[in-house]
Amino acid sequence: MTVWVSLAYLVAAVLFILGLIELSSPKSARRGNQVAAVGMVIALGATIPLLHFTAAGIIITIIGILIGVPIGAIGARQVKMTAIPQMVALFNGVGGGAAAVVAVSELLLKGSHPAFAVAFPSVFSIVIGSVSFAGSLIAFSKLQALLTGTPITYPGQQIVNGVLALAIVALSVYLIAVASTPIIFVPLLILGLVLGVAFVLPIGGADMPVVISMLNAFTGLAVAASGFVLGNFALIVAGTLVGASGTLLTKLMSDAMGRSLGNVLFGAFGTVTAGPAGATSAEGKSVRSGTPEDIGTLLAYSRKVIIVPGYGLAVAQGQHAVKELADELEKRGVEVEYAIHPVAGRMPGHMNVLLAEANVPYEQLKEMDQINDEFKSTDVALVVGANDVVNPAAENSPGSPIYGMPILNADQAKNIVFMKRSMRPGFAGIDNELLYDPKTVMLFGDAKDSLMKLVAAVKAA
Amino acid sequence: MNDSSLLNEFTIFVLAIFIGFEVISKVPTILHTPLMSGTNAIHGIILVGAILIAATARDPLQIVLGLVAVILATINVVGGFVVTDRMLEMFKGRQPAKPAEKTPPEKTAG
Repeated sequence: MTVWVSLAYLVAAVLFILGLIELSSPKSARRGNQVAAVGMVIALGATIPLLHFTAAGIIITIIGILIGVPIGAIGARQVKMTAIPQMVALFNGVGGGAAAVVAVSELLLKGSHPAFAVAFPSVFSIVIGSVSFAGSLIAFSKLQALLTGTPITYPGQQIVNGVLALAIVALSVYLIAVASTPIIFVPLLILGLVLGVAFVLPIGGADMPVVISMLNAFTGLAVAASGFVLGNFALIVAGTLVGASGTLLTKLMSDAMGRSLGNVLFGAFGTVTAGPAGATSAEGKSVRSGTPEDIGTLLAYSRKVIIVPGYGLAVAQGQHAVKELADELEKRGVEVEYAIHPVAGRMPGHMNVLLAEANVPYEQLKEMDQINDEFKSTDVALVVGANDVVNPAAENSPGSPIYGMPILNADQAKNIVFMKRSMRPGFAGIDNELLYDPKTVMLFGDAKDSLMKLVAAVKAA
Repeated sequence: MNDSSLLNEFTIFVLAIFIGFEVISKVPTILHTPLMSGTNAIHGIILVGAILIAATARDPLQIVLGLVAVILATINVVGGFVVTDRMLEMFKGRQPAKPAEKTPPEKTAG
C-alpha cells in the first residue's frame, strides 16, 4: 500500500468520525451524513491505484456499479417515508452479504491451509455477514408485512438455535485449525443464513428497530473482519466504527423502550403463554364509538389537546391533515401539543420526521418525559393510529410482552379519543384495555380521512 | 502479511472501537434512526473490498463472486447515504421545505 493511499484512507477515516459526531446533533446531522459521504468517495478513489485489473475484472466492476447505483438510488428515493425502516434493513443486509462474499472470495484465492490471520477473520466475516444478510431480510419481511409481525415461536426453538450456533462454532474451528480445503465455507455460509433467519423470527415486529440496529453493528464488524482478510485499513477503521457505535446505539434504543437488550432479543420465549390471558380480558367489554361531529365539538371546546401520533398516522400519510386540525384548533384558542413516544411508529424518530415534513413547529413536539405530567390537565388526548405506546398493560400487567416499557399517560386525560382502523391490537399483538375505558371514544377509519372529517367538524362547531 | 502489519491493524481496530463508542454517546432519541442509517451507509465501505476482489477476478467463480459483491456493496453505499439524506432533509430549519397549499400562517415564537 503506497503512502498516498494510506494518507487518503486516513483522511477518509477522519471524515467518517467527524460525520458521526455531526450526525449526533439535530442541527448538523444532515451535513454529517454528507461529510461521511465525501469520506466514502475519497476512500473509493484512493483504492484505484491499488487495483491491477484483469480484463474480466474491470468489466464486472463497472457492470456491478452500473447495476448497484440505480437500485440503491432509486430504492432510496422512491421508498415511502413509512417504509424507510425496512429499506434501511435491506441496505444493511446487502452490506452484510457483500462482506461475506468478499471473505469467501479471498479465502478461496489463498488456497488450502490459509494462515490463521486470514482464516480467522474470513470465517468471522462469513458467519456474521450471512447472519446479518438473512436476519435483515427477515426484518424487512416483517416490517413489509410479508411475514406476520408477531413473534414466530415453536417448541424447542432455543435448543435448535443453540445447536445451530454450536455447529457454526465447531465448523469454524475446524476450518481455521484443520481444514485442508476452504470449500467447507459452503456449509458455514448456509448455517449462517439459517441462523440469521432462526434468530430474527421469534422477535416481534415492534422490536425490529433494535434488531436492525444490532444487525447493522454486525455488518460493521463483518466489514472490519473482511478488512483484516484483505489487509485494508479503510475497511478496518470504518467497519469497526460502525460495529462499536452500532452496538452502543442498539443499547440506547432498547433503553429508550425501557427494556434490556436480552429481553428484546429473547423475550418472545417467555411470553408465549401470556397470549390467552390478554385475549380473555377483552371479552364482555363494550366500546364507545363516536361520530366525527361529536368528537369535533369535543375538541373545539377543549382548552388543551395532546395529540399522540403513531404508526397509523404514518401509514395513512395523515401528517398534513393532523397539522391542519391542530391549526384549526389553535385558531380557536385551543392549546395543542404532540406527545412523541420514543418508539412511536416503527423507529425512534419516525414521528418527528413525519411531522416535520408537515411543518409542525419543533417546539410543539414533546418527548415523553417532558409531557407525561401534562396529561392530567389535558381535556382530550387524541391518539392517532397509536396503540401500544399508551397501553396501561405496560405498567400494570406483569405478564404482558410490553410490561416495563414506559408509556404515555394518555389514560390520565379527561377524555381519550382513539382514531383506529379497527379494534385490531397494535404491533406488539396485545389487547389494550384503554380502548374499553369509559373515558374513551373510538373514531374508526383511516387516520387521514378521519382527521379531514374532524377538521370539517371543528370548523362547523 | 507480516506480524508487525497485523499488529498495526489490530491497534487501529482497538482504537476505533473506543472512538466508535465515544462519538455517539450523547445522541438524542430523535436521531437514533438517522444515525443507524448513517452508520449503515458507512459500512458500505465494503465496496472498497468488493472492488479489490472483483478487479483481479480470473476464473468464473471469482467473476461471479466479484460481480455479486460489487452489486451488493454499491446498493449498500448509495442507498445508505441517499436514504439517510432523505430522512435528515426533514430536520432542516423551520422554513417550509416545499411550498404547501397554503403558507404556514403562524410565526414560531421561540
